[in-house]
Amino acid sequence: MRSTGSYAHQRCVACAQNISNQKLVQGILDSIPSPEAACLSAEDISPSSNGPRDDDPDDLFAEATEEVSLDSPERQPILSDGPSPAITPVTPVMISPRVDVFDRSPDQDEDEEENRDTFDIQISVSDPEKVGDGMNAYMVYKVTTKTSLSIFSRDEVCVKRRFSDFLGLYSKLASKYMHMGYIVPPAPEKSIVGMTKVKVGKEDLSSVEFVEKRRSALERYLLRTVKHPALLKDPDVLQFLESSELPRAVSTQALSGAGILRMVNKAADAVNKMTIKMNESDAWFEEKQQQFENLDVQLRKLHASVESLVCHRKELSVNTASFAKSAAMLGNSEDHTALSRALSQLAEVEEKIDQLHQDQSYADFYLISELLGDYVRLITAVKGVFDQRMKAWAKWQDAQVMLQRKREAEAKLQYANKPDKLQQATDEIREWEGKVQQGERDFEQISKNIRREVGRFEKDRVKDFRVVIIKYLESLVHTQQQLIKYWEAFLPEAKAIA
Amino acid sequence: KTVALHIFFDYLSPRAVNVDLQTDATLQVDISDALSERDKVKFTVHTKSTLPNFKQNEFSVVRQHEEFIWLHDSFVENEEYAGYIIPPAPPKPDFDASREKLQKLGEGEGSMTKEEFTKMKQELEAEYLAIFKKTVAMHEVFLCRVAAHPVLRKDLNFHVFLEYNQDLSVRGKNKKEKLEDFFKNVVKSADGVLVAGVKDVDDFFEHEKTFLLEYHNRVKDSSAKSDRMIRSHKSAADDINRIASTLYTLGTQDSTDLCKFFLKVSELFEKTRKIEARVAADEDLKLADLLKYYLRESQAAKDLLYRRGRALVDYENANKALDKARAKNKDVLQAETTQQVCCQKFEKISESAKQELIDFKTRRVAAFRKNLVELAELELKHAKGNLQLLQSCLGVLKGDT
Repeated sequence: MRSTGSYAHQRCVACAQNISNQKLVQGILDSIPSPEAACLSAEDISPSSNGPRDDDPDDLFAEATEEVSLDSPERQPILSDGPSPAITPVTPVMISPRVDVFDRSPDQDEDEEENRDTFDIQISVSDPEKVGDGMNAYMVYKVTTKTSLSIFSRDEVCVKRRFSDFLGLYSKLASKYMHMGYIVPPAPEKSIVGMTKVKVGKEDLSSVEFVEKRRSALERYLLRTVKHPALLKDPDVLQFLESSELPRAVSTQALSGAGILRMVNKAADAVNKMTIKMNESDAWFEEKQQQFENLDVQLRKLHASVESLVCHRKELSVNTASFAKSAAMLGNSEDHTALSRALSQLAEVEEKIDQLHQDQSYADFYLISELLGDYVRLITAVKGVFDQRMKAWAKWQDAQVMLQRKREAEAKLQYANKPDKLQQATDEIREWEGKVQQGERDFEQISKNIRREVGRFEKDRVKDFRVVIIKYLESLVHTQQQLIKYWEAFLPEAKAIA
Repeated sequence: KTVALHIFFDYLSPRAVNVDLQTDATLQVDISDALSERDKVKFTVHTKSTLPNFKQNEFSVVRQHEEFIWLHDSFVENEEYAGYIIPPAPPKPDFDASREKLQKLGEGEGSMTKEEFTKMKQELEAEYLAIFKKTVAMHEVFLCRVAAHPVLRKDLNFHVFLEYNQDLSVRGKNKKEKLEDFFKNVVKSADGVLVAGVKDVDDFFEHEKTFLLEYHNRVKDSSAKSDRMIRSHKSAADDINRIASTLYTLGTQDSTDLCKFFLKVSELFEKTRKIEARVAADEDLKLADLLKYYLRESQAAKDLLYRRGRALVDYENANKALDKARAKNKDVLQAETTQQVCCQKFEKISESAKQELIDFKTRRVAAFRKNLVELAELELKHAKGNLQLLQSCLGVLKGDT
C-alpha cells in the first residue's frame, strides 16, 4: 500500500511532534524548494528549521506521479489527451516532470467550465456503526460511490471510513493544493463533547442527533470535494473512495479541519506583518477580498440567528406538547360533555402541531443552519487562499531583493579581483534570476488559479443557496398546509359546543 | 423614559372573554379611553343608564386600578353578597418588563444600525400597546360583569364608583391591613380544607365541589403551559425578524445573482414574521387570556362554595347547640334564634349559589366556545396568509432561474 500523498502528511507529523506550530506551517507551505527561506523577513517565522531540502520536494510529487502510472493501468486515459470533460489543468507548477501530462494550453481553461455539466458521481455516507467500547470506541461510516467516470475502477464502490480518515484526507489535500490557490473544502469540525457521549454509549436522542449531524456533514464534505475538478482526480481522493484499507491518519489531533485553516491563516497573518506592503495592482483581488470579508460577517450573523431559531422552535415544540397534555387533562375534568370533547380535540391538534414544529426545526437546521456553517468554513478557506497569494508575492519580492544583493556583491567582487569567488557569485546570480522568474510565474499562476477558483466558487455558492433556500421555503409551505388541515378539522368541533 | 399612550377603545369588544352578558339599556358600562403614565394607568369609565339613581343619562369618570380593587373588595366583604360569585378583580397593570426592554433598547442604541433600532423600537412599542390594551380589556370586563349581575348592579358603591367625579381616595392597604389579609387567607385555606372534607347532603353541591377543585388546578396548569408555548412562539418570530434583516444586508452586498434572491426572501420573511407575531398575539388573546380569566373565576366560584360550606358548618353547629340547649333547658330561645339565623343564611346562600354556579357553567361554556372558534378561525386565516406569501415568493424565485 503506497502512502503517496501522505508523504507531505508524514513530514507534517514529524514537524508536529518536534517543533512549534509556526514551523509546522512552514513545513506544509514550503514544500517548494526554498533553501533561503530566511529571506522572509516575517518576525514569526524562524529561519532555522529550513535547511536545503532539495531531495524532498521532488520526492513528494514524484511519488504522486509514480503512483498514478504504476498502480492503476485503468488510469491511463488521464494521460492521454482525449477530451475528458472534468479535467482541469491540475498543474502543480513546481513539478517539472509532470508538466507535459497535466499541463493544458491556457486557452482551454475557459472551456472546461461548461464541460463540468457532465459531472456524474454520487456519493453517500451512511450506516454509522459503533466499533469498540468505552473511550476507544469510534464510529465507522459506509461511503458509497456510484459513478460512470472512467477514473474510477468500478461503477459502484463501498468502503468503511472513520472520522479521522476524513480529516486525514482534508489535511493531505490542503497541504497539496492550498498554496496553489485552490479552494479546498474543509472537513467537518471535531467535537469532543459530542463524540464522548457516543463513545460512552448513551443511546439518547442527543447522541443519535449528533451522529446524524456528523454523517450528513461528512457526506456534504465529500460531495464538495469531488465537485472540484482537480480534487476529483487526486489520487488521495480516489484512494479514499475506493481502497478497502486506508492507513490510519495519525495526529489528526493536530490537524483538524479548523486547525489546518487556523495554521495556514497564522502564516498569512505573519505575511501581513511584513514590512513590504503588497502593492495591489489588480483591483479585482482587493475588491474580491473585501466582498468575502463582508460575506463572512453577514453569514456568521445569519448563522447565529438561524441557530437561535432552531433552538426556539425546538422549545416551541416541547412547550406545545406540554400544553397539549395539559389541555387533555383540562378536557377530562370539564363536566360539560361537548366542551370536554372539544378540549380533547384541541389537545390532539396541539400534539400534531408540536410534531410539526419539531420537523420544521430539523428542516431549519439541516437545510439552512448547516449550509451556513459550511459556507462560513468555506469562506475561511477562500480567505486563506488569498493570503497564500500574498505569500507568493512576498516570496517573489524577496527573491528580487536577493537577486539585487547578489548583483551588488558580484559588482564588488569584480573590483576585488577574486576569480573563484566571482564565479560563485555569477552562479548565484543565475540561480536567483531563476528564482525570481519562478517567483513571478508562481505568483501569476496562483493569481490565475484564484480567479478561476473564485469564479467556480461563486457559481457553486449561487446554486447551493438557491437550491437550499427553495427547498427550505417548500418545507415552510408544507408546514402551513398541515396547519390548515389541522385547524380546519378542529373548527367544526369547536362550533359543535352547544 | 416616559411613555404616555392615549388610546380609544370603541372597537374593542368588552365581551372578549365573557359572552351573553345582557346588554340592556338600563345600564351600560365601558372604558372609553385610557392614559398610561409613568407609574399608573388612568381609565375613563363611561356609563350610559336610564336608571333613576343617576343624575344624568350619560357620564364619565376617571378611575385608577386601586379604585377597582376597592370596589371588588367591598363586594367580597359584604355579607349580603355571600351567595354570589364575585366577579374576579382585574390584575394590576404591569408594564415593568416592557418598560425595561424599552430602556435597554435606548441604552443599546449606539450598537445597532438605524434600521435595526427603529425596527426594534416599533416592536417594543407594539408590545407595550398590546399589554396596555389587555389591561384595559380586563378592567372593562370586571365592570361589565358587575353591571350585568342582577343584584350587584344595584350596589351603592358601584354607583359611586361610576358617578362620583372626584378621586375616591382609596389608598392601597397599609402593612397592617395586608398582614390581616394574609392571616385571613391562611385561616381561610385551613378552613377550606375542613369544609371540603365535609360531605354535602346535596348532590349538586357535592359534585360542584369535586369538579371545581380539580378544574381550578387543571386550568392553572393549562394557563401556565399556554403562556410558555406562546413565549416560545414570540421568540421564534423575533429570530425570523433578525434573519430577515441580515438577509437584506446580504442582498445589498452580494455581487452575484443572489442579491436579488436574498432581497426577495428577506421581504418574504419580513411579512411572514409579522404573521407569526400575530399568531402568537392571537393565541395569547383567545387562549391564554381565556384560561387566565377562568382561573380567576373558578377561584371566585370556589370562594362561594367555601362561604356556603362555612355557613353549613355554622348551621350544623347551631343545630347541635340548640339540641344541647333543649336538653339542658337553658338559653333555648337564644339558641333557637341563632339557629334560625344560621338556617336562613345557609338557605339564602345555597339558593343563589346554585343559580350562580349554573350561570358560571353557561358563561364558561359559551366563552370557551366563542374563543376556541375564534382561535381556530384566526389560526386558519394566518396559516392561509402565510401559505399564500410563501407560494407566491416561491413562484417568483423558481421562475427566476
